[in-house]
Amino acid sequence: MSMMTPEIRPSAIARVNPVAKLAVALLISCALMLSIDWVSAATALLLEAVLLAWCGLNARQFWLRTAPVWIAAPFGMLTTVLYGQDSGAVLWGAGLVTITEGSVELGLAIGLRVLAIGIPGIVLLATTDPTDLADGLAQVLRLPARFVLGALAGLRLVGMFIDDWHSLALARRARGVGDGGGLRGRAGRFGGLAFALLVLSVRRGSKLATAMEARGFGSDEPRSWARESVFGPRDAVVVAMGLAIAAAAVAAAVLAGTWRFVLA
Amino acid sequence: MPAPTPRDERVTGARVTASGWGWRHAGRARPAVSGLDLDIRPGERVLVLGPSGAGKSTLMHALAGVLGDDEDGDETGELLIDGIRPRQARGRVGLVLQDPDSQVVLARVGDDVAFGCENLGVPRAEIWPRVTQALDDVGLDLPLRHPTSALSGGQKQRLALAGVLAMRPGLVLLDEPTANLDPDGVVEVRDAVHRSVQASGATLVVIEHRVAVWQDIVDRIIVLDPAGGILADGPTSSVLTAEGARLAAAGVWIPRYPPGRPARRPLAERTGEVLLSAAGLAVGRVPFARRQPVVVAEGIALDVTAGTATAITGPNGAGKSTLALTLAGLLAPAGGHLSATAALTAAGGQPRAAGRGRRRGGVLGADPHVWRSRDLLERIGTVFQDPEHQFLAGSVRDELAIGPRALGLGDAAVADRVDGLLDRLRLEHLADANPFTLSGGEKRRLSVATVLATRPRLLILDEPTFGQDSRTWSELVRLLAELLDTGTAVVAVTHDDHFVDALADERFVLAPSAGPASAGAITTGTIAPASAATPSTAAETGAP
Repeated sequence: MSMMTPEIRPSAIARVNPVAKLAVALLISCALMLSIDWVSAATALLLEAVLLAWCGLNARQFWLRTAPVWIAAPFGMLTTVLYGQDSGAVLWGAGLVTITEGSVELGLAIGLRVLAIGIPGIVLLATTDPTDLADGLAQVLRLPARFVLGALAGLRLVGMFIDDWHSLALARRARGVGDGGGLRGRAGRFGGLAFALLVLSVRRGSKLATAMEARGFGSDEPRSWARESVFGPRDAVVVAMGLAIAAAAVAAAVLAGTWRFVLA
Repeated sequence: MPAPTPRDERVTGARVTASGWGWRHAGRARPAVSGLDLDIRPGERVLVLGPSGAGKSTLMHALAGVLGDDEDGDETGELLIDGIRPRQARGRVGLVLQDPDSQVVLARVGDDVAFGCENLGVPRAEIWPRVTQALDDVGLDLPLRHPTSALSGGQKQRLALAGVLAMRPGLVLLDEPTANLDPDGVVEVRDAVHRSVQASGATLVVIEHRVAVWQDIVDRIIVLDPAGGILADGPTSSVLTAEGARLAAAGVWIPRYPPGRPARRPLAERTGEVLLSAAGLAVGRVPFARRQPVVVAEGIALDVTAGTATAITGPNGAGKSTLALTLAGLLAPAGGHLSATAALTAAGGQPRAAGRGRRRGGVLGADPHVWRSRDLLERIGTVFQDPEHQFLAGSVRDELAIGPRALGLGDAAVADRVDGLLDRLRLEHLADANPFTLSGGEKRRLSVATVLATRPRLLILDEPTFGQDSRTWSELVRLLAELLDTGTAVVAVTHDDHFVDALADERFVLAPSAGPASAGAITTGTIAPASAATPSTAAETGAP
């Protein structure tokens, strides 16, 4: 429901073409995945923080949406510090757990990285309507309409899974096979439910496909678009900014001498 | 041809011709349709009738050009729309299907209506005026950005119709468009169809069991013969006069031939002890990822008595299904009291072992919701609205055996019960079939049979007659009447007035609440027992 028709408040970032937003998120992620070091991640995060001020998201929305990243980052950092690859001076040690200069640095790099990749990704996608994204993918990137719209229509069915799952579980209880059998019984029931949901979804999917075909979908005729997806100068600027952040992060790390190419 | 102006929605009705047309689905021995000769003139409005299995849906899919190709079946003869094959005539034909949920394509009302136009390559400037016009024609007065997931069943069907109308088809096909709707939804959709085909002049072909709904807006009835070809074809009234009795016997709802009602024992003779008692009961569901239920109805006082049928009625969103699932011990009460009496807890075999929900000494507690799943079987049986939700096995026989096996009955006893039910509900010839491959009526019979297999004292049914033909309907009513006569209690959520008239001894009307739209808010649903219930005197005095 809310997933397919999110309430997106008007903001500067909400007006940007979803394809541009997707490009920014991908550019920054790719650049930061090439190396594991704290300088590149910190640079990207800093620049993102400056740009976030212009996004038009209110504080409450921002913290609520990005909460998972703020929880994941310290955890990632902590585990790397404790169990990560050791190098340099040993700061503290007890059994399997050793903290070294190297593992602290690595932990910092991981933690910052989670934030620098996660925050723009969440902010950009939280301000995007799935329908607009599909329009952009098909009209701007010229991906085949058959796949893009098929996926979009299929995504709508996902919302029904929760209701179906609930009904299936109640029906099993009514049939006398809803409990008992301990842990093994529970695992078996979960598998059975998952399979029943799969069967139901496939049936729904094929009905939906017939309905779409009956409305002329999938023919070889050229298709028109009711909603125009425009990739304008502003969107180009946004992509350029994404590129600039990625380049700045890499450059800063190389200059600081911390660049560690993961594939090397 | 000059481009039509946006407000001009007149189209040229399409002509349908068939000569010796037939179709056999791949892997089936018999053709679904054969030897069909047909001529439907432009602008005609036709109701297609026939017993289930006569190939009505196959014909509709063929006309819509979605039947598939050589891999999907074998075609004989010729079926043409305006002289060309349906697959080449896409855009000339629009199809509305039965299931409201699986026809919505996009997430917003305007986008969904525009979808067909886009596929036909209609220029953008022309799409939006068409969308507004189509929504206007079907009476959907909603913002274009309104989420489609928030629509009722009737609204979804009107949305599907609008999506078809916006394509400006010369032929509008409706495949049981109102079978899954409540009475208000049925009228909504029927009226929208009437208005819009009148405005556009398109040819209309409808399949539907319920003749009364459509007979005033169609001008011709065609009856398909399951043996191939056409059984009757002509003006509405003359076909109904000549073929009415035969069609009624085949399961079509004909106003002049209502299905017979079973003889019943007088209420005083069959009524027994109170089995389940609710006082100040509030019902609701716990939304995904929440802990507190959202209450949809409260202040419910209700006694369920052995041998008595209670109908729960009321508008959509009043919480009828939620109440039924709560009475069935499947949902926890959201407040108030619901207790099973000793007459119900003592039903069936002795409880085998102490466990959750039992008091010490192996006696079952009073709250059905904390009983174990197996303890429900001989006490409260539930028939769900969608039979597919409750099927678990790969064959009809195994499906029926699940309940008795869960009770721990021996092989002989299980086989005995299963064979009895197969015979009683005319499912013998389908014993090895997969439940999902059955027809709508067969699925309904099976879902009732699976519940009867464990002989519960109380039977709870959610819309048992939805979309059923008159034959399945009367079988179901007869079966429930028999169970009532032998002391089983029946509680049914229903919109079906015929069903209430034929069976209900008591009627509870759940008043409308703000409904699920106000999720999170607690709304009060008041309950008013209809004072004199609805004792159907004719049926009751029919007892020997």
